[in-house]
Amino acid sequence: MKVRARDPKQAWKEDYESVLTRDDGIETSTISGIPLQPLYTSSDVSRREEELPGQFPYTRGIHPSGYRGRLWTMRQFSGFATAAETNRRYKYLLASGQTGLSVAFDMPTLMGQDSDAPTSRGEIGHCGVAIDSLADMEALFEGIPLGDITTSMTINSPAAILLCMYIAVAEKQGVPASGLGGTLQNDILKEFIAQKEFIFPPAPSMRLVVDSIEYCAKEVPKWNTISISGYHIREAGSTAAQELAFTLADGMAYVDACIERGMRIDDFASRLSFFFDAHIDFFEEIAKFRAARRIWARWMRERYGAQDERSWKLRFHTQTAGVSLTAQQPELNIARTAIEALAAVMGGTQSLHTNAMDEVFALPTDKAARLALRTQQLLAYETGVANTVDPLGGSYFVEALTDEIERQAEDYFKRIEELGGVIPAIEAGFFQKEIADSAFRYQQELEQKRRLVVGVNEFKVDEEEPIEILRIDPKLESEQVARVEEVRRKRDQARCSAALTQLRKAANGTDNLMPYILEAVRAYATEGEIMNTMVEVFGTYTERAVI
Amino acid sequence: MPAPTAVRPVRIVLAKVGLDGHDRGVKVVARALRDAGYEVIYTGLRQTPEMVVDAALQEDAQVIGLSIHSGAHMTLFPAVVQELKRRKATDIVVFGGGIIPDDDIVALKQKGVAELFTPGTPLQGIVDWLRKRFPEGAR
Repeated sequence: MKVRARDPKQAWKEDYESVLTRDDGIETSTISGIPLQPLYTSSDVSRREEELPGQFPYTRGIHPSGYRGRLWTMRQFSGFATAAETNRRYKYLLASGQTGLSVAFDMPTLMGQDSDAPTSRGEIGHCGVAIDSLADMEALFEGIPLGDITTSMTINSPAAILLCMYIAVAEKQGVPASGLGGTLQNDILKEFIAQKEFIFPPAPSMRLVVDSIEYCAKEVPKWNTISISGYHIREAGSTAAQELAFTLADGMAYVDACIERGMRIDDFASRLSFFFDAHIDFFEEIAKFRAARRIWARWMRERYGAQDERSWKLRFHTQTAGVSLTAQQPELNIARTAIEALAAVMGGTQSLHTNAMDEVFALPTDKAARLALRTQQLLAYETGVANTVDPLGGSYFVEALTDEIERQAEDYFKRIEELGGVIPAIEAGFFQKEIADSAFRYQQELEQKRRLVVGVNEFKVDEEEPIEILRIDPKLESEQVARVEEVRRKRDQARCSAALTQLRKAANGTDNLMPYILEAVRAYATEGEIMNTMVEVFGTYTERAVI
Repeated sequence: MPAPTAVRPVRIVLAKVGLDGHDRGVKVVARALRDAGYEVIYTGLRQTPEMVVDAALQEDAQVIGLSIHSGAHMTLFPAVVQELKRRKATDIVVFGGGIIPDDDIVALKQKGVAELFTPGTPLQGIVDWLRKRFPEGAR
């Protein structure tokens, strides 16, 4: 008797459907809501030419050698209290094997105001280091040779000022601007969309971004002039596809603005860099990173006509998801962060920040900061994951998910274009509403226990153990205020006033503002004074709050 | 038109004090409280204590909800309570949320903040607390 052979895939489907699956009510879609099949096979993968690392469209990575050539940069974001105190933390991290610096500024610095402004009360040195003038920046990098390290600075509205301060410190160390390497976040569009640290309206904000890109292309050629950021969009509650789509749309808006200024695409595109979140849904994140490279390469080559291969390559920094950390049983955050970091590495990140377990309470203690860095070292040297390029390339599941996220991103590009582009979409509250909707949907899923967060809505303990946290000495506030007052007293007042007057004139015209800001910085004008001078010309922006 | 109710719903002013712009939490809470039947007025970002109290008085609110993620809660939350005292409006209940360590919660309650909700709080927890505090106050 002959038994007719069942088609193996059909057979699997029948077998699968004949067994009971869990009925615990937990979602089986990704954390972003992408429905998933229980199994992926060759039938789920679109037919395309084989993709290889180092080759267009770089889905599998921008380097042919992956991490065999060079490991990712372990770059822990850090800064708190005064410049002197942060300087000590930097030296500690560098001595512990960290390979690049990343400056966190406090809220007054991020918002372009001095420590003695009335609304700086209670904020000084709390979520980053307080920088008011070049004097603070000199203290921040005291004894750290800026020609030998790279530095990332997370600053946006006042980005041009902080970059000028960095250049001025380097000058004093005898390092020319052309020898400086690092990254300026400088991404104002995501501020309007998600993080909300905007000051000027969109148009003058974009002018400042383009000014710094144009200036650096000539004067600071090794500097990454912008870090186009999805991190804050994701942390504000977006899905993975929204993070990707909105970030790449922002990137294209900057490209458009630079082209409009008269720059040639290949003169600046290779210095654009990106910054993504690594959230807890492991495969979705890896697919997001892979899709990011593929989409950017295609748009840069096909839409913008970039000829230089370096312009096609999307390079990115990753930070593990702060929003995934829990105050409950905080040691679990070490496990979460390790898994997220692994996703970033599998996704081919160029640099990585791993969050410390206690960052849900405050800035990390020395011990927690070291554990976070050690997690990266463990990934790099113990697990073997750095030995093979794009180890998940060819996985039916990851390839299918990469295609799906790419498709969702392309849909968003169309919608944004229909709204007239990124800035009109911001003004219409489009991104803000999309993000708030996603955040609310996720929160409801938690409330209904359709998603579980260990220690938060399930697997709780009755009594949480106390955990040591970093405290900022309240005395610091008056010390920092005294410091900025001293700078104002001791500087060459005439030179400072002249520099600010020149800056005001230039802001009213069309000159590139970078040289004027640099002169004001060298004259020890404070950050607040420089910002206020530009506010007089540019005005400020107020958001229409969208719930 | 909503059906006429015997009891006027509790009016809540939600505000982001301080310089940070992290508005995910406050927006989620705003929607949840609105869905629970409260009248919610969200002031938006970077409100000073004076602005928050102004808004609460203008809106005739019984409750102020403050959100912050910058670490300045020990300065700004008590400043709102002080401003209410100065304006003789201490009947307005103040609650807060954000990244607030346990020790600070104790201190803030001593300074007159009625309740504090930290990350991981279920939305229902905030609603339950309001229901207890204002037993007939939502539609």
